[in-house]
Amino acid sequence: MTDKSLSEADAPKIKFFEKARRIYPKDITGTFRRLKWAVMAVLLAIYYFTPFIRFDRGPHVPSQAILIDMEGRRAYFFMFEIWSQEVYYFAGILILAALFLFFATSLFGRVWCGYACPQTVWTDLFVKVEHFIQGDHVARQRLDKGQWNFNKIWRKVVTHILWIVIGAATGGAWTLYFTDAPTLIDQIIHLSVPWQTQIWIYALTASTYIMAGFAREQVCAYMCPYARFQSGMFDRGTLIISYDKERGEPRGSHKKGDSWDNRGACVDCNACVQVCPVGIDIRNGLQYQCIACGLCIDACNDIMDKVGLPGNLIRYDTANNQEARAACHSKGEVFKEKNHLLRPRTIYYVCVMTLVCAIMLYSLLGRAPFTLNVLHERNPLFVTLSDGSVRNSYKIHILNRNLHDQTFALSVNGVDVKSIKILAATEVEPEKLGVLADSVGEFRVTVAAELPSKEVRRDIEFVIRSTSDGSEARTKTMFIGKAQ
Amino acid sequence: MSEQNKPEKDKFSGVETTGHEWDGIKELNNPAPRWWLLVFIICIIWSIGYWILFPAWPTIAANTKGILGWSTKQELSDNQRDLQAIRGKFAEQLAATPLQDIANDPQLFEYARQAGLASFKTNCAACHGSGAAGGNGYPNLNDDDWLWGGKLDDIYHSIKVGIRSTHKDTRFSQMPSFGKDGVLKPDEIKDVASYVEQLHKGSAAETNEATARGAKIFADNCVACHGATGGGDRNQGAPRLNDAIWLYGGDKKSIIASVTNAHAGVMPTWEGRLDDDTIKALAIYVHSLGGGEK
Repeated sequence: MTDKSLSEADAPKIKFFEKARRIYPKDITGTFRRLKWAVMAVLLAIYYFTPFIRFDRGPHVPSQAILIDMEGRRAYFFMFEIWSQEVYYFAGILILAALFLFFATSLFGRVWCGYACPQTVWTDLFVKVEHFIQGDHVARQRLDKGQWNFNKIWRKVVTHILWIVIGAATGGAWTLYFTDAPTLIDQIIHLSVPWQTQIWIYALTASTYIMAGFAREQVCAYMCPYARFQSGMFDRGTLIISYDKERGEPRGSHKKGDSWDNRGACVDCNACVQVCPVGIDIRNGLQYQCIACGLCIDACNDIMDKVGLPGNLIRYDTANNQEARAACHSKGEVFKEKNHLLRPRTIYYVCVMTLVCAIMLYSLLGRAPFTLNVLHERNPLFVTLSDGSVRNSYKIHILNRNLHDQTFALSVNGVDVKSIKILAATEVEPEKLGVLADSVGEFRVTVAAELPSKEVRRDIEFVIRSTSDGSEARTKTMFIGKAQ
Repeated sequence: MSEQNKPEKDKFSGVETTGHEWDGIKELNNPAPRWWLLVFIICIIWSIGYWILFPAWPTIAANTKGILGWSTKQELSDNQRDLQAIRGKFAEQLAATPLQDIANDPQLFEYARQAGLASFKTNCAACHGSGAAGGNGYPNLNDDDWLWGGKLDDIYHSIKVGIRSTHKDTRFSQMPSFGKDGVLKPDEIKDVASYVEQLHKGSAAETNEATARGAKIFADNCVACHGATGGGDRNQGAPRLNDAIWLYGGDKKSIIASVTNAHAGVMPTWEGRLDDDTIKALAIYVHSLGGGEK
């Protein structure tokens, strides 16, 4: 280290924080752009209309097909009803979603990011609004650099108003999943939305506006954790967006009528860079910012069409293919493309997904309409009664998932029962434990029984039998006696 | 000079360096986005606002109070005031409802039970145990054996006046010290203990000459309080002897000790120390443990 490099005056001027570079994606038409619009239409339709699907569940329970009832601590998904203590089903759904993401990534790269991710969908929508009001990329750049005048002001104001409207529609629709949708719409029309719901609508409106309007590709590059580990799901058989170097290089501009000999097909028009929503040059190879949306393919095919060359200079291709093509080319052989979608990796993912699905379905479909939880009281463990028998206390919970009120008869197996009593304000017979529809009944139960004096502990079983259809639920617990 | 002011670029990566060099290694400048810096600055500004609004900085004597006047202590007392407001409704109801009728309102009953439980843990658990299971000399309140009665009113009265307490209406059970005072000889006490042991063991116990002699002694000295068959007498607090529950142990040695020296347990009066509503709640709780009688 030298003194010179430390001196203040000589130190180079360095920026330690970089101003975000604004990206002005060019509008483009083509196969993948059309596919993106179609996917967006389908996803937005699902998002906005799902809360309005009705599903009749009887009188006590909300009849919204998909509803997360925070207050009632229930989640409804068509015929399935998830109670708060069964959140592991959500864990299962998340595991499935993650596996599907891995699977899709190992097949087609970052396609989730390019087509289905909400960040992409809403950014796309916002860019389209921008394009509609302010013109295409060059016009937008000129407008941003230009002086503030009436033209600039009204275009900016209208853009931001439209963004906020879309943001509000997004945030509003999200709350529909947590409350009765028609009621909320009615409340919105009459401006009588509860303040709790209002806060969520405002917060989600703001986040949509900021994320899709301003943060955009920075979310994908800096914030999204998925961008960081997705390369772990790639292998050499994954279809990634790739520029065909063999055919494209050396690149250079080309005049009509000139020969194509001794040069590559890439005319260095930069169309692929201009349309890219994350602002990268795909010709530099695979980069972590690439969201595999395929807009550069559309742009390049458009140009190739114009200069009269075959398309697909940029396309979804595998690393294996690129290598094999290069090898064949150097040997002068004809290259035959091979795409192995079935690879050990994808087969693993399919197997694991199937397994998780099977476990979830088995567990969901085999779920009893009611269950019994028993808790043995420990203080005191047991009580000796006048006649020498022993009494144990239990707290039992009956979870009635049925949509009708039910009565249960309680019995105890495995011990010579003298009496079963329900401790409550008013007398309750153990043969008639009433539990309301879709709720939990809690009872304090004492069981008195004779135990041989040397026996300290015995495994017993609580059984509840529905008095309407005779179906049963059982739970094992223990009966404690005195040590003598 | 102008060349010096131009950032140096790393040859390999093409990234400019910061000019910091150590042992020939130069630090590359990969700048973070500016909005990161902005968020960091906003957090700092936010924290300054926080210092002003809330208690934050320690000083020598105390700490800065914050202009909002918020403190955890104030929040606690606010919460407690709210809690009292919620309880107020039930507390009034509990005071107005006769003991026997509390069970008619399940909500009030549950309130009374929980209030009784809390009060029990504070005032009664020292002797009767936190689960009310008692111990040697301290009655188990879960079982179905009661010295002075197990109905709601009996329990309420027992808590109120206590046993051998300072209350003017307090209750006494007076077992004479048969051995210590020389009423019975040691052999006689052994015999009567054999008989009493046989009483609660029923047909399982052996009958012999000792128990026969004991039966006679029992008839002469004990039936007045404990009854002809050892059934006890709740009016005098005389324990039942023909059941499986023993306050001071049911084996022969313990019985001999009891007859020789007698026992005189004490329960304080709670009137005056606890208000009437709390005693009511305690009675409800004890009654609901499983041994309460109708």
